[in-house]
Amino acid sequence: MASATETPPAPTEATSPAARVLKEALGGEVLKVEEFRGDLAITVVPSAWVRAATLLKTRPELDFKLFLDLCAVDHLDDEDRPKRFEVVLHVYSVSGKHHARLKVGVSEANPRLPTLTGVYRGANWFEREAWDLYGIVFERHPNLTRILTHHHFVGHPMRKDYPTAQRHVLPDPQTWLLKVPEGSEHLVVNIGPSHPAMHGTFRVQALMDGETIVDAAAEIGYMHRNFEKMAEVRTYWQIIPYTDRLNYCSSFMNGHGWALAVEKLMGIHAPPRAEAVRVILSEFSRIMDHFVCIGTNIVDLGAITPFFYLFRVREEIYDLLEACCGARLTVSYVRIGGLAQDVPEDFADRCRRLIDSVRKYTDETDRLVTRNTIFARRFKDVGTMPAEEALDWGWVGPCLRGSGVAYDIRKDHPYSGYEQYDFDVPVGTVGDCYDRYLVRLEEIRQSLRIIEQAVAKLPGGPIIVDDKKVALPPKEQVYSNIEALMNHFKLVYEGILAPPGEVYGYTEAANGELGYYIVSDGRKFPRRLKVRPPCFNIYQAYPEMIKGGLLADAVAIIGGLNVIAGELDR
Amino acid sequence: MGVGSFFTSRLDEAIGWARKYSIFQYPFVTACCGMEYMATACSHYDVDRFGAGLPRFSPRQADVLFVVGTISHKMAPVLKRIYDQMTEPKWVVAFGVCTCTGGFYDNYATVQGIDTIIPVDVYIPGCPPRPESVIDGLMKLQDRIAVGAQRY
Repeated sequence: MASATETPPAPTEATSPAARVLKEALGGEVLKVEEFRGDLAITVVPSAWVRAATLLKTRPELDFKLFLDLCAVDHLDDEDRPKRFEVVLHVYSVSGKHHARLKVGVSEANPRLPTLTGVYRGANWFEREAWDLYGIVFERHPNLTRILTHHHFVGHPMRKDYPTAQRHVLPDPQTWLLKVPEGSEHLVVNIGPSHPAMHGTFRVQALMDGETIVDAAAEIGYMHRNFEKMAEVRTYWQIIPYTDRLNYCSSFMNGHGWALAVEKLMGIHAPPRAEAVRVILSEFSRIMDHFVCIGTNIVDLGAITPFFYLFRVREEIYDLLEACCGARLTVSYVRIGGLAQDVPEDFADRCRRLIDSVRKYTDETDRLVTRNTIFARRFKDVGTMPAEEALDWGWVGPCLRGSGVAYDIRKDHPYSGYEQYDFDVPVGTVGDCYDRYLVRLEEIRQSLRIIEQAVAKLPGGPIIVDDKKVALPPKEQVYSNIEALMNHFKLVYEGILAPPGEVYGYTEAANGELGYYIVSDGRKFPRRLKVRPPCFNIYQAYPEMIKGGLLADAVAIIGGLNVIAGELDR
Repeated sequence: MGVGSFFTSRLDEAIGWARKYSIFQYPFVTACCGMEYMATACSHYDVDRFGAGLPRFSPRQADVLFVVGTISHKMAPVLKRIYDQMTEPKWVVAFGVCTCTGGFYDNYATVQGIDTIIPVDVYIPGCPPRPESVIDGLMKLQDRIAVGAQRY
């Protein structure tokens, strides 16, 4: 993973402005500054938690305005730690181009922490999740209720001492999400969780004054199947199939991100051929994802033809994935350190044919949709999101770029060799639905450019790293000599043993920054795996976005946000 | 055998034959399987060939419930209510391994097979099932509809 010329090197403890400013301002309240694999983690005392986050956000030289993630970690039975829980905040500075991690210890006897919702709006649902799954109370939080589990649930399932199979049956769904003022003549409209416009399993209640929405509330968690809890008893390999089912419109990219995160934790790099194939398939997956988003969004507005066009070409991309690994959708093709097997011989030809086909259907859709008056009127100036607010909510990906912030990890922190390819990052000017649509359409074309270049200079060589601690030996050796057989057995039985430490691996998935925060204690299972899902932040802003608009606009907005339940609820 | 019973059985057959080619389905789509459901429904695989091309998003107008994707305990009462709202005769297809058994999500959140909540007529395994297996499942369902077999 070489770094591009314009990207500043990851700051160390001495050079990090965040560590310096926090130490100057908070003195002894900064407990420690740790560094591991280029990630810097600053631990503060609980009383300085809000002040530290405020400093990170508001100091102009730091400018950590993009809220990324907030999660809890359970360190049960870790004797080195005086406090059982830890709450971890990840933020990003678009101007300084670096991430920061702020941590605080929380004791089991008194699991309380002041809320960060006053600093970052996006922290709201994340704190609710940390309360729901870990039982950490965020004081003065505006609405500290369960979010992923249901309201009849007892206990906090992500705690290490919660039995995984302990189920709680829900007799009836929650009837009201909104408080209707007494004597009000407004009407409550409930949409979802099973509604064609909701693209899966989201639920929204809107309080209507005629056709106008005066108040709205969303409920999620209908697809919560807690992959993070499962990951705590799975080896790093066994987690690969679970990642496929996060954003299932572009499965391959999730696995790509996961492999890179574990490779960062291990300190290894996949060979160039594997990286190039990963880039090609990731870009095709991005195209597939944008096709679903655009196609279904237009279906919501009443036009079904583009949907059929775009799904037809998706079939052709499925054919390519199938030729590589045998699966259409949930591919499980990456391995830690490379790929499962080499691509077929006619891979380059297949890619070229596919590029022509994708281009043809994209142009056709463009001609059908972009200048269509009905479409433009439904989309222009609808669901406008200003850049500052988008950062505060933690928006990333095409939605953030639609609001005019040119943050693209492929450009700003190139991975897998993205620095070798020439491509542009499209941004919007208004931040409405129409801009988000245009950004996605242009990204499809940019992805094609990247694929063309990657196919033209596809390197030869191995497709997985030559490291006996990470990669399985070739099958012919396993069947013919005892060392390889033992190696295979040990690796399958014991798994990859990652060193103790914690990393935050991040890639530009179809919906934006997909992060994997891994806490390893040196055993074969990760102690904690937290996915930083782009949709979670994006959907969080949705009830606020639709207030004051028409109900029909709410339907137009949701499709363009491309919220995927698998990633949202995990 | 009386004349009346001869006529009745022939009529049943005719109705069964007509029914199996006019499936109005309610797609209860929750998860990853939805992508393969859409792929099956689109022009490449084209379920319209089997008379099952038209989804109805009202349970009162549907006669086959396609449960597509993982059902969590939070979702379970919603699924049950939708099933109850469908008019008879009605059939249920469990689409994907999560609906059949809970799949590889063996934890507190996931229902371990929807047949613990509602009766199921056809199980389509796979994670997710390929469109070919979906069509196979659909044809098995048609066979059941033709003879009037159902489990509600």
